[in-house]
Amino acid sequence: MTIATAVHSPLVVKDLKVYYHTRRGPVKAVDGVSFELHRGERLGLVGESGSGKSTIALALMMAHKEPARIEGGSIILNGSNVLDDNSEQVRLRRLSEIAMVPQGALNSLNPVMRIRDQVIDGLKDHNVNMSDGEFANRVAELLESVGLHRDVASRFPHELSGGMKQRVSIAIAISMNPSVIVADEPTSALDVVVQKQVVQTLRDVQERIGAAAIMIGHDMGLMAQFASRIGIMYGGKIVEIGPVSHIFKNPKHPYTRLLISSLPDTRSKRRLEGIPGLPPSLLRPPPGCIFHTRCPDAMDICRQEIPPTREIDALRYAACHLYGDDDGKVVDL
Amino acid sequence: MTTAQLDRSTHEVENEPLLRADSVSKTFVSGTFRKHYTRALDTVTLSVPESPPTITAIAGESGSGKTTLARTVLGLVEPTSGAVIYRGTNVADMSRAQHAEFRREVQVIFQDPFESYNPFYKVDHVLRTPIRRYNLASSKSEADDIVEEALRTVGLRPEETLGRHPHQLSGGQRQRVMVARAVMLKPKIIVADEPVSMVDASLRATILETLRAMNRDLGISILYITHDLTTAYQLAENIIVLYKGRVAESGSVDSVINDPTHPYTQLLVSSIPQPDPETQWGREQEARDEEDAEIAGCNFYDRCPLRMDECTVSDPPLYRTAANRITRCYRYAESPVHLAPDLRSVFAPVGSD
Repeated sequence: MTIATAVHSPLVVKDLKVYYHTRRGPVKAVDGVSFELHRGERLGLVGESGSGKSTIALALMMAHKEPARIEGGSIILNGSNVLDDNSEQVRLRRLSEIAMVPQGALNSLNPVMRIRDQVIDGLKDHNVNMSDGEFANRVAELLESVGLHRDVASRFPHELSGGMKQRVSIAIAISMNPSVIVADEPTSALDVVVQKQVVQTLRDVQERIGAAAIMIGHDMGLMAQFASRIGIMYGGKIVEIGPVSHIFKNPKHPYTRLLISSLPDTRSKRRLEGIPGLPPSLLRPPPGCIFHTRCPDAMDICRQEIPPTREIDALRYAACHLYGDDDGKVVDL
Repeated sequence: MTTAQLDRSTHEVENEPLLRADSVSKTFVSGTFRKHYTRALDTVTLSVPESPPTITAIAGESGSGKTTLARTVLGLVEPTSGAVIYRGTNVADMSRAQHAEFRREVQVIFQDPFESYNPFYKVDHVLRTPIRRYNLASSKSEADDIVEEALRTVGLRPEETLGRHPHQLSGGQRQRVMVARAVMLKPKIIVADEPVSMVDASLRATILETLRAMNRDLGISILYITHDLTTAYQLAENIIVLYKGRVAESGSVDSVINDPTHPYTQLLVSSIPQPDPETQWGREQEARDEEDAEIAGCNFYDRCPLRMDECTVSDPPLYRTAANRITRCYRYAESPVHLAPDLRSVFAPVGSD
């Protein structure tokens, strides 16, 4: 399957639905998410726990496991739908077309394998044929590209700090020059100084190889530093998406507005206000707009009808009944 | 600094404080045959006055000693040297009754509310146990009142909270239940060890505001342990920046964060991801990367972008760079050496600004 836009965009996600099947019914963790990732751009997907952001990351990698199932939609990677692929095709496309930088808190490296072997493993798995000398050179080159010394190749993961391990994960992720990098909370559990170094490294290599990147997380500060565009997730949906500066300066969706005003900074001390209420049950989501139970601007229509997504201004889309036909036309993302 | 100034700063802490960590150090020993010693905390003195209630941030990265200091203050870690004095008595020498009082008056809120709960107990159990243990109520209805009052204080509705299991509450609610539990005991001090680092942004603000209200309305002093300078700035009056167990810099939170003097604090501040796309991170680099080297001098030497030859000779003392500021860096060797050990002597009296 080929789609006209997909020629330009390495990734087009359309109406993606991922449900967790529980005894009490389906939990709609991702419920109709659409977005397009442009060549070389950095998209941040922000949301609180339970917003579905990590489930999207897993689905993009086709690494979701039972009871999670993709119930609908498409994931068009470099022009062809991943959901049509068999498992061998999926395996081959991972790393070579789409690669993941895992959570900082997870120890995703194999503790009993030297770093060199873990990098080479991925390449060999994808039928890369090189001499031992060429493999060694490639490993050294990758390690140096993420700011590590080439000697790190002969070390074991336990000999490395958390920041160094995350750099190794980035080196592995870019080892086959993928067109999409998915980073799910890549700096969770890292100290702030190391966090900055890791995120800057990710940004540097992403720019160098010309890949598009999706960073998933809850830290709006990190998103402001990393992303060129931000999608705000709530209750399994993207409620607003747009260029990072617009989102911060002039948020349109009430949830985005509250989220941004709840962020502490080091400029002025003020009363900190959270968002009252609780995230919705995804087992029995409220009717109408998923955010209406916590929304200070909720109207009658919000309790009854799911708001359509409108293009509020250039490249900015929001799903909220506050906006009508005068504010922007309804779009099918 | 003149003698008069020194006298004044010593005088401020002369009245016996409520709690004093007195030159506490903690060395952890690991290894069976070849012992490895890690100095997690190195001669830190800090007191908390009886009044007025204060909020002090203790900041640093992992390995800075901030959690060791918190656990030492709580009596959970026995210092290798030095002592923790509460109401004039060394915590290590307390009688049973004194220790019970100490345990009630100095409460803790830990980072991960998931870990402090037994998943099989309902929330009610978490709140009723301390009432029984400390005989806070003479009847069941009085106990109910105390529980409900405490929940309301932290902004939770008793009818929506009681009777539930921990997994039925959100992370923010669980953490507020822990604050309610602490508050119920009418403590004098709450040690909050990374209380919001696992909590979503929208709830983080609520919990910090709850802590601030506890301080303002109930007169509870707070030691706020964190790696996050942004929340430290919002919540605390004063800050102590620790690096490898030593005080790197300390002073009023506004001046330390807006104008850091120690190269380590500068590195921390410049690494804050500001929630503003127009304030982008700079490209300042550390001297070299992350390896431990044992040198005689300043413990930050190996990472310091501003290091000088003299930094390897001996550990710099704390210099008093301004009225309410100290920093452990030879670049301020022109400033007077700060002698009063108690960090409280650096801080401006609460309400003075």
